[in-house]
Amino acid sequence: MAENDPIISVRDIHVQFGDHVVLHDLDLDVYRGEILGFVGASGTGKSVLLRSILGLNPKQNGQIVVLGRDLDRISDEERILVDMRMGVLFQHGALFSSLTVKENIQVPMREYLTLPKGLMDELAILKLELVGLSGKAANKYPSELSGGMIKRAALARALALDPDIVFLDEPTSGLDPIGAAEFDELIAKLRDTLGLTVYMVTHDLDSLFTVADRIAVLGNKKVLVAGTITEMLKSDEPWVKSYFRGKRARRIDLPEETRIACMER
Amino acid sequence: MANAVHTEKNTPEIDALPLGRTVAKPRLETRQNAGLTEVIFEGVWATYSVGSIDQQMRLLENKLSGERLRIEMSDISYLDTAGAWMIYRLLRSAKVRGIEASIDGMRTSHKVLLEAIARAMEDIDEDDSNGTRASILNRMLSTIGLAVYGFRNDLQMGLHILGAAVRGSQMKLGHGSGLSIPAVVNQIDRTGVTAIPIILLMSTIIGAIIAQQGAFQLRYFGAEIFVVDLVGILVLREIGVLLTAIMIAGRSGSAITAEIGSMKMREEVDALTVIGLNPVGVLVFPRLVALVIALPLLTFIANLAALAGAMFVAQTYSGISPDAFITRVRDAVDLSTIYAGLIKAPFMAIIIGIIASVEGMKVGGSAESLGARVTASVVKSIFIVIVVDGAFAMFFAAIDF
Repeated sequence: MAENDPIISVRDIHVQFGDHVVLHDLDLDVYRGEILGFVGASGTGKSVLLRSILGLNPKQNGQIVVLGRDLDRISDEERILVDMRMGVLFQHGALFSSLTVKENIQVPMREYLTLPKGLMDELAILKLELVGLSGKAANKYPSELSGGMIKRAALARALALDPDIVFLDEPTSGLDPIGAAEFDELIAKLRDTLGLTVYMVTHDLDSLFTVADRIAVLGNKKVLVAGTITEMLKSDEPWVKSYFRGKRARRIDLPEETRIACMER
Repeated sequence: MANAVHTEKNTPEIDALPLGRTVAKPRLETRQNAGLTEVIFEGVWATYSVGSIDQQMRLLENKLSGERLRIEMSDISYLDTAGAWMIYRLLRSAKVRGIEASIDGMRTSHKVLLEAIARAMEDIDEDDSNGTRASILNRMLSTIGLAVYGFRNDLQMGLHILGAAVRGSQMKLGHGSGLSIPAVVNQIDRTGVTAIPIILLMSTIIGAIIAQQGAFQLRYFGAEIFVVDLVGILVLREIGVLLTAIMIAGRSGSAITAEIGSMKMREEVDALTVIGLNPVGVLVFPRLVALVIALPLLTFIANLAALAGAMFVAQTYSGISPDAFITRVRDAVDLSTIYAGLIKAPFMAIIIGIIASVEGMKVGGSAESLGARVTASVVKSIFIVIVVDGAFAMFFAAIDF
């Protein structure tokens, strides 16, 4: 991993709603080509941080640098360029309900680019096949899809412009364990083929153990710890401890070295 | 983690992206000699740039001939799925024509991408089965047929809702009260009380306008006093109830459709059914009862407001004093005139409520369908209200009411 090449770097972020401070002096780096798992107790502001990076939430203070550009200082043109390099999979898919799956995938293509219709159709089918959906789903409406298919279709839309960074908000929530494992594999596979950087907000311990290269833990209004899963297991933070070594986590097969590291403590 | 593949630099500089002036375009060079076709790819083959070269690539695919195809990829500065797709398409068409293809200068990251595409697309090669469209006549007839069936279904569902509403919010086991008083009161507040200001304003203005126009016309005959008869009968029999019903159809009918529709979208209606409640009883019945109570009351208010407006105009334009106006109203209007108007109000309330509920229940999964159903609800209820008003007018004329 190219540790010195942060694709997203967040510095001193402060976000508050009214008197309620959600994030305070938060720092976070995401490196090119990695899958970052982002965890934290419910209500600690994982989504707020995600939305701040995406520019959906105003922040009171701080600096967000994406692809080497400070998002507060760039021109509208550059902002569009940066937006084109980012894809988002929202928690509930957020597919446009009045468009078919194919049209959903083509929305970013239509908005940003002028591509011939035939090519757009082919690319939409290709993206669907890449995320493991059959091309037959292309002409269906989101309301006709199952939960897992909606996640996949939404991922296909997030990938429509071949972004550098993909943000996933709880990608495996609401999927059965097999579907969730497949989705994890899919994300790892896409990262390897397309060279994606993945920022994944999740509660799924299996995802964290299997695909995440690094994990960042949000708590107490900032990033408590960031590091590999082994480092997580060694951490002394009470919340991190109970999260990764709680009753639910214990059942997960750990790599030998981490298990030993765990037992030593 | 197996991610050694993308250590090579295969990422575009952000400045090389579109909108900028220095977009590195994809370029293509073809050389034919003997049976060998050489295709040399150069530049940026990315989603944002390949649009310009799609036509050229397709031409090349269709003209592909000879025995061998050699693809040179070493000058590609950036390749993403869209570019890789085009190369894959070329390879595929070569394969279909039995042309032997070879690739030179392919980087590992490009190889991974091409393989992934080949894997994803292998099962659906070239079997585009576009559904054939039916003939114009066929489609026209099917539209008419669908409309007829739609009308039948609406009628059926309307009757169903009426019937289910009469049964109330009954539990499956047969107990539970038919009517929840707080729900009805709440609905009366929302559909009736809050509508009073707009109904008052609208009716006053309408009464004033009718009086003004009537006064101008009757002045030719020196019969300005009859403007009172005109306004009294017209407002009490027709205009008061009709305009109130139209206003309520637009105001409350749309709200009912939207409420029930969005509950339907989020499976709340299904939740009611599973809990054992009759959704029509719970959702529709209180609204229907509230409308049936509120609409006659609003009509009465509208009638008074219209008369007040007319009285004001009669004084300012024709010098008919309020005293004279009221005396004249007493002579011109009998009780049956008032009843003829008010009696229509509950029917219109039921029509508005049922159409709004039927449309609400028809909402599907998409936001678009919610909008379409709300529109349909308002348009249909206003139309039916007017038709029914006409039917009542003929009926009253026939029985000399």
